[in-house]
Amino acid sequence: MYQYDEYDQKMVDTRVEEFRDQVKRRLAGDLTEDQFKPLRLMNGLYLQLHAYMLRVAVPYGTLNSKQMRMLGHIARKYDRDYGHFTTRQNIQYNWIKLEDAPDILADLASVEMHAIQTSGNCIRNISSDQFAGATADEIADPRPWAEILRQWSSFHPEFSYLPRKFKFAVIASDTDRAAMRLHDIGIQLVHNEAGELGAKFFVGGGMGRTPMVAPEIRDFVPADELISYAEACLRVYNRYGRRDNKYKARIKILVHELGPEEYSRQVEEEFAHMKTLGLNPPVEELARISEFFQDPPFDKQASDDLDLSDPDFAVWVDQNNSAHKQPGYAIATISLKPRGGIPGDASSAQIDLMADLAEQYSFDELRVTHSQNIVLPHVKKSDLYAIWQKLDEAGLAPANLDLITDSIACPGLDYCSLANARSIPLAQKISKRFADLGRQRELGELKLKISGCINACGHHHAGHIGILGVDRKGTENYQLLLGGSGAEDASLAKITGPGFTEDGVIDAIETVTDLYLEQREEGERFIDTYRRVGMARFKEAIYG
Amino acid sequence: MVEAIRLRDDEVHEEPAVSLDSFLDQSNATAVRIEAGEDARLLLPYLDRLSLVEIDFPAFGDGRGYSAAQILRESGYAGELRASGDVLLDQVSHMRRCGFDAFAPDSPINPALMKEAISRYDHVYQATSDQRTPIWRLRHG
Repeated sequence: MYQYDEYDQKMVDTRVEEFRDQVKRRLAGDLTEDQFKPLRLMNGLYLQLHAYMLRVAVPYGTLNSKQMRMLGHIARKYDRDYGHFTTRQNIQYNWIKLEDAPDILADLASVEMHAIQTSGNCIRNISSDQFAGATADEIADPRPWAEILRQWSSFHPEFSYLPRKFKFAVIASDTDRAAMRLHDIGIQLVHNEAGELGAKFFVGGGMGRTPMVAPEIRDFVPADELISYAEACLRVYNRYGRRDNKYKARIKILVHELGPEEYSRQVEEEFAHMKTLGLNPPVEELARISEFFQDPPFDKQASDDLDLSDPDFAVWVDQNNSAHKQPGYAIATISLKPRGGIPGDASSAQIDLMADLAEQYSFDELRVTHSQNIVLPHVKKSDLYAIWQKLDEAGLAPANLDLITDSIACPGLDYCSLANARSIPLAQKISKRFADLGRQRELGELKLKISGCINACGHHHAGHIGILGVDRKGTENYQLLLGGSGAEDASLAKITGPGFTEDGVIDAIETVTDLYLEQREEGERFIDTYRRVGMARFKEAIYG
Repeated sequence: MVEAIRLRDDEVHEEPAVSLDSFLDQSNATAVRIEAGEDARLLLPYLDRLSLVEIDFPAFGDGRGYSAAQILRESGYAGELRASGDVLLDQVSHMRRCGFDAFAPDSPINPALMKEAISRYDHVYQATSDQRTPIWRLRHG
C-alpha cells in the first residue's frame, strides 16, 4: 500500500501545526465559532449533539495494522474506547474534546494518516472498491488512481469552498461494490479500443433529499489527462453550482438542471483550456504510486482445500468470504454487525485484534467497506479457521455479510444534530428480530439501509429495503422504501406509503420479506423479485 | 475604503475600480471590480489594458472568486488581483495560490500573520496560477 514520502509527510505535519494554531486562537477567543467552523470542518471536526465528533480519513478504505492500532489507541485515549466505521470508509469518534484534537491529529500523522477534508464543502475522502487488488474481476487496481486524486484534492486552493461537499469514488470492475454512481463523480477504469487504461466519468449522482444516479459524462479520459478533466468538472461546478439554497447546491442539481449534455459540453470547453496548463502529473507519477500496490508475495503453492467440519465455521466461510484472484487465498469480511449491535462500531480491543490478524495473516492490510465492515483482503485459506476462531471469541464473526442484519445505519438522533429520528436502536431491533441465521440466509442477499433524516447518510435510497426516519408531529416515524441499489444495477428506492412506528416498520419488513419468499422464482434475490413483481403487490401486502 | 495589503512592488493603481457592466460599457477604464457570480471571462479581451481587478467575496464560504482569479491568471493577466470583502486570515493562502496578490478584507488582518499563513506550507500538490512547483514535479524532475 501507499507510503508517504518526505513531501506527503511534511504536508500532514504542517496541517497539524496549522490546526493547533487555529484551535489555540479559537480557545483564546480570537476566532468566532462562525469563523472557526469551516476550519475545523476542513479537519473533520464536527460539533454534534453532545460533543465534538472527529472523522478520520482512511483513503480509499485501505490501511495497515500500525494505522489500525493507532485508531484503537485514539479510541482508548481520547474517546470512550470505541470508534465508528462509516459509509465513506472512514472512522469517526463521537466524544472528542476540542483541546485534544490537535494531539489526535499529531498521533495520526505519525502513522501517515490525517483528517484532512473529511468534512466541509470540499473534496472529501476518495472512496474505492474494498476488494481492490484482491478480486479477480477488476481490470486494474483502482487505488493508484484514487491516490493521485487524493493528493490533487488535498488543500486544493480553487476547490475548498465549493457550493457543497464533493465525493469521488473510483472502481475498476463491472461489479460495483462502492456505490460509484451515487457519487458526485464516479470513475470507472476502463480500456479504450487501443487497450489503454483510462477513466470513464459519471457525474452528478448522490443521495440526500434529491437522490440521483449519475449519468455518464465522458466515456474515456486518458491517464495523463485525469487531473485536467477533473479540474474542468469541478470548475464548472464551482462557478455555476447553486449557492442560493444549500439543499440544491450539490453538483447533481447542476447536472440535472443543465442536462448531462450541456454540462458535458461546458466541461469539454473548460477541459480544452485546462489541457494547455500543465496540470497533470506525468505518467511516471502514476507508475511510482502503482509500485506501492503490487501484489504481496503470495504463496503460489497455497491450497484451496478447506476443512469445513465445524458447521459454524463453514457458514462463515460461505457467507463472509469472497473469491480471491490468487488460488489458495480468500477475501475475508469481518462483520461489524453483531446481533443487537451498533452497525460499524468497534471497541479498541476489537480494532487491535483486527490489526493483529491483518499483520499475521493478511500481508498487513485491512480495508474498510462502505457497508461499515472490515476486510482482510489477502488471507490464505488454510489460515481461515484460526482467524475465524479468534474473531468468534471477540464477537467479530457474525456470518451475515450482505444479509438483512448486515445493515447500514447513520448515527441518527443518538448523536447527530441533523437527525429527525433514531437509526441505531431500530437497526438493533431489526437485528434481533431477524437474528436467526438460517432465516437470514433463506432470505439471501438483502441490503437494508437506515437513515435518520432526509440527508440520507444511511443510504436508504440505495437499500433493497430502505428506512427513512422522519419527525411527525414530534414523534419518530419511519417510512419504508423498496427497490434501491447502490451496485452496478444502481436504482433508487421508492416509498411504499404512509410511515410506521418503530415496531410497525419492523412488522412491515417482515411482511415484505414473507411476500418475497412466497413470490420468488428460482435464483431471485429480494431485489429481483421486487423488480419483477412491482411495488403494487408489495404495497397491497403491507397496507391491505 | 480599506487599505489593501499588497504583495506586489509596483505603484498602487489610483483609478477606482468600476463595476463589470460599466467597464464593458467604457472604452478606457483600467480597473474593474467583479462580484461573485459575474463571469471573469468577459474580461479576457481587455487584459492588456487592465491594471487592477478586484474580486469580491460576499462571504468567505462563497468560493467562486477563486475560479475567477484562476481564469484571469491562466489567460495571462499580470496586473493587480485584489480580493475584497469577507477575506479572512485562514483563506488567504488559498487565494494567493489562485493568483491574488492584494487583499482588502472587510475586517483588518495582521500583515505579519498573513505572511506566515501564506508561507506556511513548504510544498503544494497542485499546479495553479501562482506557478509554485507541485510535488509531483519535484519527484520527477
